[in-house]
Amino acid sequence: MRVRAIVIRIIRQFFRDKRTLALMIVAPMFILLLLHLVFNGEDYIPVIGVGDVPEQIEDQLADTGAKTDRMTEPEAYTAMDHQEIDAFITMNGMTPSVILEGSDPTANRAVMQALQQAFENMKPSERSVRPDVTYLYGAEDLSLFDNFGPVLIGFFIFFFVFIISGVSFLRERTGGTLERLLATPLRRWEIVTGYVLGFGIFTTFQASIISWFAIKVLGIMMAGSFGYVLLITFLLAMTALTLGTLLSAFANNELQMMQFIPLVVIPQIFFSGLFNLDTMAEWLRSISVIMPLTYGADALREVMIRGKGWSFIDHDIYILLAFSLFFMILNVYALKKHRRL
Amino acid sequence: MQPHIKVDHVSKSFGKKEVLKDVSLTVKGSEIFGLLGPSGAGKTTLVKMMAGIESPSTGRITVLGTVMPDLNTMGRIGFMAQSDALYGELSAYENLDFFASVYGLPKKKRQERIEKVLELVNLTEDRKKIVNQFSGGMKRRLSLAAVLLHEPDILILDEPTVGIDPVLRQAVWEELHQWSQRGTTIVVTTHVMDEAEKCDSLGMLRDGRLIAMGAPDQLKEASSSATLEEAFLYYGGARQ
Ligand SMILES: Nc1ncnc2c1ncn2[C@@H]1O[C@H](COP(=O)(O)OP(=O)(O)OP(=O)(O)O)[C@@H](O)[C@H]1O
Ligand SMILES: [Mg+2]
Repeated sequence: MRVRAIVIRIIRQFFRDKRTLALMIVAPMFILLLLHLVFNGEDYIPVIGVGDVPEQIEDQLADTGAKTDRMTEPEAYTAMDHQEIDAFITMNGMTPSVILEGSDPTANRAVMQALQQAFENMKPSERSVRPDVTYLYGAEDLSLFDNFGPVLIGFFIFFFVFIISGVSFLRERTGGTLERLLATPLRRWEIVTGYVLGFGIFTTFQASIISWFAIKVLGIMMAGSFGYVLLITFLLAMTALTLGTLLSAFANNELQMMQFIPLVVIPQIFFSGLFNLDTMAEWLRSISVIMPLTYGADALREVMIRGKGWSFIDHDIYILLAFSLFFMILNVYALKKHRRL
Repeated sequence: MQPHIKVDHVSKSFGKKEVLKDVSLTVKGSEIFGLLGPSGAGKTTLVKMMAGIESPSTGRITVLGTVMPDLNTMGRIGFMAQSDALYGELSAYENLDFFASVYGLPKKKRQERIEKVLELVNLTEDRKKIVNQFSGGMKRRLSLAAVLLHEPDILILDEPTVGIDPVLRQAVWEELHQWSQRGTTIVVTTHVMDEAEKCDSLGMLRDGRLIAMGAPDQLKEASSSATLEEAFLYYGGARQ
């Protein structure tokens, strides 16, 4: 019953502060929209340098809409260094060989698409030889919006819930109302639970709207079940909530709360699969095991991109649950600083 | 009668700084006990320990027979902090509704008590108003209303009348006397001498030490002073 009192109060406060409520929901959608526009813009027209290859290959490439340009191999390398062409195709014996400039994922993708189309349109007899592809600058085919969208959804939910819950718990402390609560027979766990449930209602709401927006409006790839996406984003929000309230104990004002963003929130994005970590030192890579976003992002990718089900995300779910519980217990413990009981 | 509050050789340090030094005092049932002392004397620290939100470094505090902090006993105490602890985004009524629920009052009783305390502090008209739009005095009155909701046996009020106009201040003190007559034990901190006069019993704090304790008249008589102010100076000086 006393927990319910806290839940009702938080809901009332939220509806009074409509701007924060809007920020929680509209800001992530706005940023996702921007990213969508940036990464899924107009089709990129690749410029392909053509070396010593049969006429029909060049024609087929031109038919896909790509721009072609005859040149010698040394000319092509210079052109690629100046980023005047995206790729160079030539014959290596009987096999066509393609060199991609490689630094721009959008261009890489466009070239690969053009090549695929060109070769598919050829007569079966000519099609027998597939080109082998190398990257000039060794870059892989980097992920685009579809690929890092799930990570971003997880990240924005984590970010905003962390800040808003942290600041509101901090206010409770600096405004003296926490002390006021501790002068009542409320137990410490009741305060923490009240917070988790009160905010939980809003984060569920937030997570649903943002996921819906990314999937239905922005059309981000979604191969799996929406229910799993909701479950994962909800748990990620819970982790952010409990971590935010916990860390607020170490901040004396709102500005100090903001200082946790570069320390606690931003690093997670580097380790959550947005960037390829293969080249990083082993010990540095293993830091990601303590980062909640790693598990949330991994699970979201499994569901949204690979269309996987429960058996592929269960360990992520359990770990996120464990994080939330662990932070909650630490919260109850941290309140001891204010009242022994 | 058994004392309602017993402070037993209590010292309190924050880090290296000792803010209360070996304080012992007792508050009898249904009396108004005033804690008088200049700013920084340690009044707030002492009453917070009585309310159970701070713990003594050494010594102990017993309230209604149990050693503090104790959650059951805390349910029988009403503690009003020196600075208002209210939720600014909520209305006066919603604030009171929250605190009443925290004390576990059932819905019907809650509404009844809220009406009652709002009337008492003269805020019935402003019940729907958002607290952020309240004046300082109105907030003080609402804080006072909030501690009365659960009809506590013991009221601990840290400078309750700061920022309240003289007419209302008078009314508040009349209320305090009525409650104490009905059996409520009240601890009030103050640094205003004429308020101290209205207490049944006084404790004088200076630099963390209790320099004198007794009824106002007693204290004046024993120090052969005409006013409490003189008495305070007398006891303060006699220490050094
Ligand atoms: N949390 C704290 N940490 C460190 N020092 C503290 C803390 N709380 C109080 N103090 C110190 O204890 C001393 C007594 O403070 P207290 O608030 O009890 O005084 P007070 O008598 O209530 O004063 P006032 O009349 O101004 O309210 C002060 O010197 C203050 O700086
Ligand atoms: Mg004080």
